[in-house]
Amino acid sequence: MNVSRRRAAALGAVLLLAGCAGCGKPGDSNAELRAGRVVVFSAASLTESFTVIANGFQARHPDVDVELVFGPSTELARQVVEGARADVFAAASTPSVAPVIKAELALGAPRVFARNRLQIAVAAGNPARIGSLGDLANNGVKFAQCAVEVPGGAAAKTLLDLARVNAQPVTYERDVKAVLAKVRLGEVDAGLVYRTDIRAESKTGRSRIAGVEIAESMLAGNDYPILAVKRAGDRRAAGAFVEFVLSAEGRAVLVEAGFDVP
Amino acid sequence: MSREGGRPPLPLALPAAVGFVFLVLPLGALLVRAPYRRAGTALFSDESLQALRLSVVTASVTTVLALVLGVPLAWMLARSDFRGRSIVRAVVLVPLVLPPVVGGVALLLALGRRGVVGGPLFRAFGWSIPFTSAAVVIAQLFVAMPFLIVTVEGALRGLDGRYDDAAATLGASRWFTFHQVTLPMIAPGITAGAALCWARALGEFGATITFAGNYPGTTQTMPIKVYLALETDPDAAIALSLMLLLVSVVILALLREKWLRV
Repeated sequence: MNVSRRRAAALGAVLLLAGCAGCGKPGDSNAELRAGRVVVFSAASLTESFTVIANGFQARHPDVDVELVFGPSTELARQVVEGARADVFAAASTPSVAPVIKAELALGAPRVFARNRLQIAVAAGNPARIGSLGDLANNGVKFAQCAVEVPGGAAAKTLLDLARVNAQPVTYERDVKAVLAKVRLGEVDAGLVYRTDIRAESKTGRSRIAGVEIAESMLAGNDYPILAVKRAGDRRAAGAFVEFVLSAEGRAVLVEAGFDVP
Repeated sequence: MSREGGRPPLPLALPAAVGFVFLVLPLGALLVRAPYRRAGTALFSDESLQALRLSVVTASVTTVLALVLGVPLAWMLARSDFRGRSIVRAVVLVPLVLPPVVGGVALLLALGRRGVVGGPLFRAFGWSIPFTSAAVVIAQLFVAMPFLIVTVEGALRGLDGRYDDAAATLGASRWFTFHQVTLPMIAPGITAGAALCWARALGEFGATITFAGNYPGTTQTMPIKVYLALETDPDAAIALSLMLLLVSVVILALLREKWLRV
């Protein structure tokens, strides 16, 4: 056991107790942490990957309890601003952390840890032979996307606009699950959803959905920012969790789930 | 002492008052929190008016269809003796307890492109029902017609059967008796049933978005617009809800004035 490191931790704790706001540098993921709890607010699309990441973090820091709270990013941001206990906040888009930054609750600048791109979901076997984004504009091809009011739909609209594909969906569904359901039932030939959604779907085994890569997918997508919250109960633990998400181990989990990592 | 004289007994008056407050409180909150200053822009946008028009037109078509199909069905249940009548009645009531989203999925399985009935239709004629305004009407009919059937059947059962007998002894056929004797006498019940059916169709959301999807102008009804507005602009959602509330209250009040003086 490294005694000087322990002493540093103790000193850090004393400084925090003394109310020295902002002097505690977030610890790196290997630092020894005191027993405690980290409450992580994270976007619903991170459910699978953050569960794995939290397990990995706890394996390394057995004394720290990680509590995961999942929900829509904008809703979570609202809760953080209104005083909910959150130590770390990981959102599915940059605009959704803006209220937290505006309320001066972010400890340092948010860091982008993942990026999600769109893919075309088709029924297994791809009966309508969709091979590219342009195929969605073909006569007789029916496709679904999310309503532009939700992030996935906004990204789909941006992508179609920037790629100059003049294609109209037959329906603007309320969320990704509804789009996938329409594809699965064969009511539409294709659906525009996130790559991670299709990856998660194919992991459930007997999947009836396949993904078609979009060459232009880099034109639109969502950056996922993460930040430690200023009033975190244990800033070192919160900082360590953020570092762990950004570490090679965290990135490997995210890549497995279908995200791009910086 | 008249029947309406004296104070109502407390064991009845108290729960009645609590029940009334419970029903009126959320509506009151809607009125109190309504963004009146901004309401105009949200209400009179082309898209809102389009959604409102679609809602009113589809709900009205639904009600006409429900009358044509539902009144005879109610008569069969109340006045005709056939094997399996209790089973038919139970089946007719199922949509009342079924979550509307499940109703929408059931409609897709029946009438979708690969549905039990929709599949052959699609292969033979190339007809595809989902994502059309006809699908909106079908979804509303499935959910709302049982309200009309239950009301009309109740009215028929409340009617003294001796009127039918008298007409029969005078030589009237059952069909003649139905439209010359029975129908005029249960007219208030039919109007009430139609009003309930119309109101339920106007507010329909779950089955519609699941079966018909969401596309401005063809399938985006007012409740769907409200739901999506809630994602990005809660004020607009409240304004739109108020408009929907106002339209239904006005129409139901007019109906009551004209036909429901019982």
